Amino acid sequence: MLQTSANLVWFIALPLFSSALLLLAGKKANSWGHVLATTVSASTFTIGIIEFLAMQARPEENRAVGQKLFTWISVGAFNVDASLLLDQLSICFVLLITGVGTLIHIYSISYMSHDLDRRRFFAYLNLFIAAMLLLVLGDSYLNLYVGWEGVGLASYLLIGFWNQKPAYATAAKKAFVANRVGDVGLSLAIMIAFATFGDVSFSGIKAQAESASTTQLTAIGLMLLLAACGKSAQFPLQSWLGDAMAGPTPVSALIHAATMVTAGVYLITRSSFIFDEAPIAQIMVLVVGAVTLLFGAIIGTAKDDIKKALAASTMSQIGYMILATGLGPIGYAFAIMHLLTHGFFKASMFLGAGSVMHGMKDEVNMRKYGGIGKFMPITALTFGLGYLAIIGVPPFAGFYSKDKIIETALNAGGIKGIALGIATLLGAAITAFYMTRVVILTFFGNERWGHKDEPHESPALMLIPISLLSLGSIASGYLLYQGKSLVNWLEPVVNPLKEHHAEELFSPNAVSAMTLTVVAIGIFLAVRKYRGNQLDSAPEKVSIFTTAARKDLFQDSLNEKAFMLPGQSLIKRLLQIDLLVIDGFVRSVGAVSVGAGTKLRALQSGYVRSYALMMVVGALALIATVWIVTA
Amino acid sequence: MSIANYLYLSAILFTIGAIGVVVRRNAIVVFMCIELMLNAANLAFVTFARINGNLEGQVVAFFTMVVAACEVVVGLAIIVTIYRSRRSASVDDASLLKR
Repeated sequence: MLQTSANLVWFIALPLFSSALLLLAGKKANSWGHVLATTVSASTFTIGIIEFLAMQARPEENRAVGQKLFTWISVGAFNVDASLLLDQLSICFVLLITGVGTLIHIYSISYMSHDLDRRRFFAYLNLFIAAMLLLVLGDSYLNLYVGWEGVGLASYLLIGFWNQKPAYATAAKKAFVANRVGDVGLSLAIMIAFATFGDVSFSGIKAQAESASTTQLTAIGLMLLLAACGKSAQFPLQSWLGDAMAGPTPVSALIHAATMVTAGVYLITRSSFIFDEAPIAQIMVLVVGAVTLLFGAIIGTAKDDIKKALAASTMSQIGYMILATGLGPIGYAFAIMHLLTHGFFKASMFLGAGSVMHGMKDEVNMRKYGGIGKFMPITALTFGLGYLAIIGVPPFAGFYSKDKIIETALNAGGIKGIALGIATLLGAAITAFYMTRVVILTFFGNERWGHKDEPHESPALMLIPISLLSLGSIASGYLLYQGKSLVNWLEPVVNPLKEHHAEELFSPNAVSAMTLTVVAIGIFLAVRKYRGNQLDSAPEKVSIFTTAARKDLFQDSLNEKAFMLPGQSLIKRLLQIDLLVIDGFVRSVGAVSVGAGTKLRALQSGYVRSYALMMVVGALALIATVWIVTA
Repeated sequence: MSIANYLYLSAILFTIGAIGVVVRRNAIVVFMCIELMLNAANLAFVTFARINGNLEGQVVAFFTMVVAACEVVVGLAIIVTIYRSRRSASVDDASLLKR
């Protein structure tokens, strides 16, 4: 039986209330809106810490707590409560969301200080925090779904925050549509789950999962994977993430790097009881993860927009996490570990990119950067720490989390192990290449910005959150790895001891050596290619591979040819049918009435005498009829 | 004299009234023609009461008279009001509903 905790509702109620207040209060809230939003975010973080400490103090089997808010749906056998569940898995996310979220709120106060709509921005940020917390705290798929849609909405609103630029509004729409495709998967998964188990709560399905047929579990698993692909920008639904960089940089850091895009990893980890029983779905998870981690990495090597390069990197790193979740019970904890460390180092790098943009008049093209390191030393230092973390140099965070994933993949056994091992190692090498490229083009080399104004370091309000996050990118990996703390912590939720891995083909040290070797090769290649003076525009004569990578490996063109254009022509046909057949029918009914009315109107002369005559004639006709009928 | 003659008379009076309503323009005359029709009906009722040897037709005749009295009150009031505002008692002039 779950213990109840009355605190959980505040996780969602506080930011939701603040968001509504800021949106409804209008301009009156302009002066204090950002303070309120940041305070609220910090309070949710405080509640998170309190709950975490309380959870740690409890014995392992009693750590999860729940709270029933109200009975949501009660129809016959279908009962859904709006209730929250805070267990070992959710608390990791709660702390990440509220912690990184609060730092990004603080950063945004300064970053958005010149924006007239700063209050609206903070309202949306709080809306996002509320929805994301609902996503990770919901105790059933249906509650999760509400949060899932909520973060989609917040993401849409924030990508299109500067919707006065049509391209940005289009990017928001693209993200929304791609997410809808995934959302359909999630709703189908919920429907199949209800049809199979008669229940949509995690605990209810978990209890029955082993007795269900593999076919149904595979169907649910594949639909959940589709949902995860949409939200986490995984192949084949990854195309929206690059365009999502149209949003303000703090949004990219919070939503499109640290938290929302990792919701797919959360979904798969949360549904471990389904994937563990559905091997085909699990293999598809592996395929999606491996393809995306290479896809993202390759795209990242060709992007000149610093934010898009980081977005491609996010895609690739989430590919690692998805791949880890596909490795079964042993992988979940490593996926979450990488998710947490990635949340730190990627958020810090995005905020660093924002800081660079702040000092460079919102220029995002890295070809126009160069040599910024000496003007913005703190930004360069923190970005550098994030860089060391993501490429996996010991003892930074990525070394622990990514190596663990590579090690698990290599040890998966058989052809699977070899294929996944090569994919992950190759990914690590390309990651080292493109991140080195970003760092060199931005902070080193010749100055290419082409105007006299020197870049300036950002204000303290921006540097402090970046510094705190980069502390996380230094230490989080070691803290989570040391003594298997995270693995043991998550064990009751994801149950990694069910499967025994007897033989280990590769020892941790061997894997580290291999990883560091490929990373070193990646760095070496990047340094050789990008050292020295660079031009201030991208070279135009490039190989076909570079062209492909610049165009996101033609995913947009494929989507356009395969889905958008046929969809549009289908809609055009349907519109014609609608106009001709359906509207035609309705309109002809109207036309008949109008025509009949016009004809009959002639009878209405307005003269009393003619009406009287009609009555007389009518009465006579009636009498005549009666006479004829009765006679 | 056959009792049917009363019915013939009733029918003639009703016809005269109906033709009057249809052909005359003066509202007062139209009104009188309506009264004529009502009374023709009354005559028919009373005659049928006589033929059937009961009182029901006669009772209805009294009802008709009462209703006719009420109708006269309301109808005359309307005609007088129309005359005051339009200086005309012609029913053809009172055709504003058409527009």
